[in-house]
Amino acid sequence: MYDLITTLSIWLIPALIVFIPLYAAFRKVPVYESFVDGAKGGFDTAIAIIPHLVGMMVAINMFRASGAMELMVQALQPLMAGIGIPSEVLPLGMLRPLTGAGSLAYTTHLIENYGPDSMIGRIASTIQGSTDTTLYVLTVYFGAIGIRRTRYALKVGLFSDVVGFVAAVFICLYIFG
Amino acid sequence: MVNWIWLLLMTISVVFAAFTGKLEAVTQAAFEGAKTGVTVSFGLISVLVFWMGIMRIGEDAGLLRKLATLLSPLVRFLFPDVPKGHPALGYIMTNMSANILGLGNAATPMGIKAMQELQKLNPDKETATPAMCTLLALNTSSITLVPTTLIAIRMNYGSAHPAEIVGTTLLATAIATVAAILADRWYRKRAMRPPTLTHQGTDKRPPHTSEGASIPPAANGTAS
Repeated sequence: MYDLITTLSIWLIPALIVFIPLYAAFRKVPVYESFVDGAKGGFDTAIAIIPHLVGMMVAINMFRASGAMELMVQALQPLMAGIGIPSEVLPLGMLRPLTGAGSLAYTTHLIENYGPDSMIGRIASTIQGSTDTTLYVLTVYFGAIGIRRTRYALKVGLFSDVVGFVAAVFICLYIFG
Repeated sequence: MVNWIWLLLMTISVVFAAFTGKLEAVTQAAFEGAKTGVTVSFGLISVLVFWMGIMRIGEDAGLLRKLATLLSPLVRFLFPDVPKGHPALGYIMTNMSANILGLGNAATPMGIKAMQELQKLNPDKETATPAMCTLLALNTSSITLVPTTLIAIRMNYGSAHPAEIVGTTLLATAIATVAAILADRWYRKRAMRPPTLTHQGTDKRPPHTSEGASIPPAANGTAS
């Protein structure tokens, strides 16, 4: 199963890059002109994201550097320990929705210190792999089209992060325990 | 809500840093953050330009329309207010497939393209539609079959079974996605429920009523 999916992942992109233009050429589409025409939009989209991403990254970086996050984690730790969540993975749960690079660094740090096959290492890997960086996704997707009022989108994203975090911990405790 | 989180993160940081004497570090972190924001955006230019070019070819060839009409009932269920056969559905499909296969740098351009198509259906260009919120929910919890980066890291640190987390990750990501879809549905229903003062004549077509009635819930959402 794992091998099948990895093979599929390796083949899919090159296959798409060839299949789409070939199919289009067959349908008499001027492929190169069509490509250039569509590609033009990519630059503007990326530029439109800059202010949104800069704003978010500044706030998140400040929060991490000030040490306020550590304090929050320490305050939450007794509560988490009460329901059986190892305190070592809690910072990861809080970093995950905020910063992809930051949480990946923290996961690596946990794997390095506790070993990839330890319970902490497995839980950290599962948390890191099971959700995406909510704030980043929101910033990039909505920033690209100029949405200002995000309504309930952030609440839904953060709620699913919490559910995913708790699920990851207990699934690992159950399966590897 | 985004406004509040942003303001809170920065205010807490500065106040906290003032007490712990980390003000300089926080200032430095702020500018480093700004730099990261620009670097990441610039990194997106190449992928966005390339994939948007390729996807335009697919659109011109009618592939996306075809994909959109072939859609599974699941996507119809998730995006009831997107017209049948709309290219947005085709992009949503490609975005979801790319996510599932872990093709991160292809998933983002397709997701953005889907958002741009959904924006064409949006009467108020600055407020997210329910369909946009659903697409975002699917992407924040993104179902992934193989977390390739993590397997590589685990291998690096000498794991005996680097891929043993594939199953747990899949289970956790599925649960997170279901939670996201349910929460999204719940909020969407709540946003659609017309305020008690709505006229009777407008409730013939629920999607339209929802657009009209979206202002009060939206104002609510940003305030909380």
